[in-house]
Amino acid sequence: MSWAPIATIADDVNAGRVKAIDLVEQALAAIEEHKDYQAIISTLADAARSQAKSIDEKVANGVNAGRLAGVPFIAKDNLLVMGVEATAASNILKGFVPPYQSTVINRLEAEGAICVAKANQDAFGHGASTENSDFFVTKNPHDKTRVPGGSSGGPAAAVVLEMAPFAIGTDTGGSIRQPASYVGCVGLRPTYGLTSRSGVVAMASSTDTIGPLAMTVEDLAYVFDVYAGKDELDSTTIGRDPAGYQLPAAAYQLPTARIGVIKEWMGEGLDDDVRESVEKAIADFKAAGAVVEEVSIPSLPLSLAVYYILIPAEVSSNLARHDGQRYQFSEQSGKDLFESYTLSRAKGFGREAKRRIMIGTYVLSSGYYDAYYKQAQTVRTKLINEFNDVLERYDFLIGPVAPNAAFKIGENADDPLKMYLVDMMTVAPALVGVPAISLPITPSSQTSMPIGLQVIAAQRRDRELLEFAAAAEEVVSHG
Amino acid sequence: MAMAKLSREDVLKLAQLARISLTDDEVDAFADELSAILGYVEQLSSADIRGLEPTNQVTGLTNVMRKDEVIDYGYTPAQLLNIVPKVEKNMLKVKRMIS
Repeated sequence: MSWAPIATIADDVNAGRVKAIDLVEQALAAIEEHKDYQAIISTLADAARSQAKSIDEKVANGVNAGRLAGVPFIAKDNLLVMGVEATAASNILKGFVPPYQSTVINRLEAEGAICVAKANQDAFGHGASTENSDFFVTKNPHDKTRVPGGSSGGPAAAVVLEMAPFAIGTDTGGSIRQPASYVGCVGLRPTYGLTSRSGVVAMASSTDTIGPLAMTVEDLAYVFDVYAGKDELDSTTIGRDPAGYQLPAAAYQLPTARIGVIKEWMGEGLDDDVRESVEKAIADFKAAGAVVEEVSIPSLPLSLAVYYILIPAEVSSNLARHDGQRYQFSEQSGKDLFESYTLSRAKGFGREAKRRIMIGTYVLSSGYYDAYYKQAQTVRTKLINEFNDVLERYDFLIGPVAPNAAFKIGENADDPLKMYLVDMMTVAPALVGVPAISLPITPSSQTSMPIGLQVIAAQRRDRELLEFAAAAEEVVSHG
Repeated sequence: MAMAKLSREDVLKLAQLARISLTDDEVDAFADELSAILGYVEQLSSADIRGLEPTNQVTGLTNVMRKDEVIDYGYTPAQLLNIVPKVEKNMLKVKRMIS
């Protein structure tokens, strides 16, 4: 059974036409029905039912239960939710029940939203397929032999399987946009700093963002408006757009848009089926009256190399705290503290986490720091300058989300570098800190798998990006 | 940033710095995989970055301050110590440091 638009659900609950408990039961039933897709790590049935009952009581007493009254949602497992394990799909966080909750979850709950489940991901966010989950691989809702993308593959699949009207994921280098593209939902990576990282298991602190996934841009904007903005618990947060993020009554006028098509992403390495879909979307924008021109960001081909120096560096630092002494998981067979560290980390981390920690340790080590880390941070400046330059001339930049549609489970598993190449188009906006959205477009005639269009705006123009995406949705999505 | 292929010794040294114990198979696999990844990122060495400074913060924030005051979140030490693997007398217990 499909979900009504989120604003409608909340209105219906507040008006007493729909009971929050029935919405929670609907979500739990969908989770049970589709459990063979392995999108979910843990379910919060009791807590969700009790929250629903208190919302229904509020409404019965004539109290407004909030802008998300009774709306069930699913959180990626790296978000801390009170009373339930937060593993980030890693063995080393098994048994960790957080004593506090992430700011994003607090803000959603304060408006009446109900977290019904925690979803699967690549462990600690390291991956593009959920194959790096230490527990199990999530299956693509359109084809069980294919991956749902990653790292937010669980949340993305859950939304498409209608387990809840929206999910919350994280995007460090593409972890919301790429799975959204692979499963056919919308996903937003906000401007860096617009979403609090407090209570989110850190991956790479200079690019970690928290974003929503949903089936429509309208739902995405509605949810994002509830939790975006400054938080005293995360000193990197920035202020909200004074106009908020909900879609205005008047639709964005596409003929006023100046759109740049990123040339570097349309060249070599792009699969034919993705190219066909993106070119169709370009034609749709032109037909709608927008100005669409090719633009060049010359340093773009370097962005993946920048990313795979900076992110492992930050990962190695952030994962240093997982040493077998502070969280539940601990290997006790070592003879002293040092061995207790090395054995706990050997057992608790999966292959990809170890790989990234090792690369990060290498590029930060004495003698290599200037050649790798500092060089990468400086090329990052070059990339930022080039993005700023084109975003002064164009309102939005468009291109593919990934070079391919969802690949087969196991297809890229034995070659880590090949898996990294899937991130080719998503890492640059993350390094630059600009917002980007993944929007389903007409699938190619060559495949039955969904394909997403990436739309990028300048920093702090998340509202404009959402308004544009809502108008774009009307012209580029044809099922 | 010219770099040779990582040797087994290089990998073992890194693993020690990173506090991870590796199996023999992992040492061999990481020597190959890390060499391939570091070989890929080497393309940055030829980028023209004359006159540019490294970026450490993308939204232009500097020295974000807040009031130096205690915020009471209402937790007891016992609640927080619930998370750690081994506790003795309200302290986190670890193995001996010198063997």
